[in-house]
Amino acid sequence: MNARLLTLGAFALFLVLLPLALPNAFYTDVVIRIAINAVLAIALNLLIGYTGQISLGHAGFFGLGAYGSAILTSNYALDAGLSLVLAALVASVIAWLVASAILRLKGHYLAMATLGVGIIVTIVLTNEAAWTGGPDGMPVGDFKLFGWAPSGERQWYWIFMALLIVVIALARNLIDSPAGRALQALHGSEVAARVVGVDTASFKTRVFVLSAAVAAAMGSLSAHYLGFITPGIAAFPHSIELVVMVVVGGMASIWGSVFGAIVMTLLPQALTKFEGWETVVFGLILVATMIFLPRGVVPSIAARFRRKVV
Amino acid sequence: MGGACHRADGEPHPPAPPRKRGEGRAARAANDDGKRRLSPFLQFVFSGVTIGATYALAALGFSLIYNASGVINFAQGEFIMIGGMLAAVLTSAGVPLWLAALAGVAIVAVVGLIVEKLAIEPARDSEVVSLIIITIGVSMILRGLVQVTLGKGNHALPSFSGDQPIHAFGATILPQSLWVLGVSTLLVAALAFFFGRTRTGKGILATAYNRLAAQLVGVDTRRVLALSFVLAAAIGGAGGILIAPIATTSYDAGVMLGLKGFVAATLGGLGSGVGAVFGGLFLGLFEAMTAGYISSAYKDAAPFVLVLLILVLRPQGLFGAKSTDRV
Repeated sequence: MNARLLTLGAFALFLVLLPLALPNAFYTDVVIRIAINAVLAIALNLLIGYTGQISLGHAGFFGLGAYGSAILTSNYALDAGLSLVLAALVASVIAWLVASAILRLKGHYLAMATLGVGIIVTIVLTNEAAWTGGPDGMPVGDFKLFGWAPSGERQWYWIFMALLIVVIALARNLIDSPAGRALQALHGSEVAARVVGVDTASFKTRVFVLSAAVAAAMGSLSAHYLGFITPGIAAFPHSIELVVMVVVGGMASIWGSVFGAIVMTLLPQALTKFEGWETVVFGLILVATMIFLPRGVVPSIAARFRRKVV
Repeated sequence: MGGACHRADGEPHPPAPPRKRGEGRAARAANDDGKRRLSPFLQFVFSGVTIGATYALAALGFSLIYNASGVINFAQGEFIMIGGMLAAVLTSAGVPLWLAALAGVAIVAVVGLIVEKLAIEPARDSEVVSLIIITIGVSMILRGLVQVTLGKGNHALPSFSGDQPIHAFGATILPQSLWVLGVSTLLVAALAFFFGRTRTGKGILATAYNRLAAQLVGVDTRRVLALSFVLAAAIGGAGGILIAPIATTSYDAGVMLGLKGFVAATLGGLGSGVGAVFGGLFLGLFEAMTAGYISSAYKDAAPFVLVLLILVLRPQGLFGAKSTDRV
């Protein structure tokens, strides 16, 4: 327990000192993108890692949040904070409607359903140009809260890093709570979990709704930070990217998700040299990880390390 | 199929039909004909059944692999795309069409075998979630390889027997559509024979029902998975070649086709062969009707709206067995 707090503290200290080592706004921006992806991956990992279900449409919830905020603040002049909450609520309701029906089924129907939600959201965002600007995208205003709005990479940096730390801490707490233990039992054996009195479907639904709401809220904030959004942020490839972060980093591992986010944010930059081969390399990394480190990079290394120490 | 619907009455010219993948040429054929009055409804049925047959073949591929392993193979769409691309590239290199088509199917089948041996087999003991993610990785690799080797451009495959539309019941149908329907029917019949009458086919079915029991009675269950991948790839490849003359093909054409095949398989009840065929045809018709009567911009959303409704209201699929208890 203490060791965990220490790790988190060390990580927070690292994030506080990191700006000293970042030479310019470009690098700050990269770190911010990593943090955004890390939060999304942690939220998705609660679902994949602890319930064994995949969402292939999480980018759809992210897009709902982003466009919800953009439309409510610019077209209806709504308060930015209120817009964020409303957008997250809409995403939660959709997630709940889908999940409460589908998670009662066994098998991988959630994958199909979430895939559908993501694609429908993308198509609506692309076609309803009067609201969303269509395929060309739309600008997003400042994130004005109580008369103040963050501006520049430096101010946003503190906001996103604080969020990341809070989300890591909350996710840890959730996993160690009775509900979290129920979740872990669920992944171990659904039948066994049910036998000891866990309402498995209701747990899975709650986790799914939570992770969709987090994705939507992050979508809102990212939209304000980026200042411009296109339907691509909600599209299927983005959903896949998020899943890849979770599984490469390590299912059911919070630090794994952070690691996955780092790799998947930096990798495209590193791969630009391999013109055209990015997709192939991406796919190879994914397949190789699943074959050789089926539990993901971080848990596999941690397990090996532990074995050597003992 | 659908030929029973007579509406050869004096309908006005069809509303500008959708111009997207799949219906493009059929729509043009309909517009080019100024003399005859066409029945828009029947026209939509023709184009819906044609694209639906392709979805049915894709759905059969999904069901085959799902039955053998419980895995949803997200690389199925890539098999379809590779089939069409290979045939198109070979014919433009001067290979006769029939040979290019056969070679296309054969090569895709080999690709399916390689995928199973290199990516699925080594992870046999992993969880199903991990295997599904492997198939996503495989689809990226295949798509990327085609993009690098054959480029990002569109490729066209000539129609098997000309582009002269055939008039039937006040609508037009492309000869290629007849090819699609004819060959798809043959393939489905051959599969039905394979699973119902041959020892190997029965072995695959037995493995789907109960792997351990199948092993006990002497079925080589490891070979079953490899065989399922080969069959699924070949069927997908054939579908891709059949539809390529109607919809030009490119390296990213497999994504949507594959996802819609998955929708069709889910509609019919994952794992059900009959369900896959009807799911595919139903999906094709539903999509064509949405494009024709509601909005062509939302044509691609239609399958996903439909599958969400079905999953919520009738989770076992339109034709699936009552039990969804299959892990």
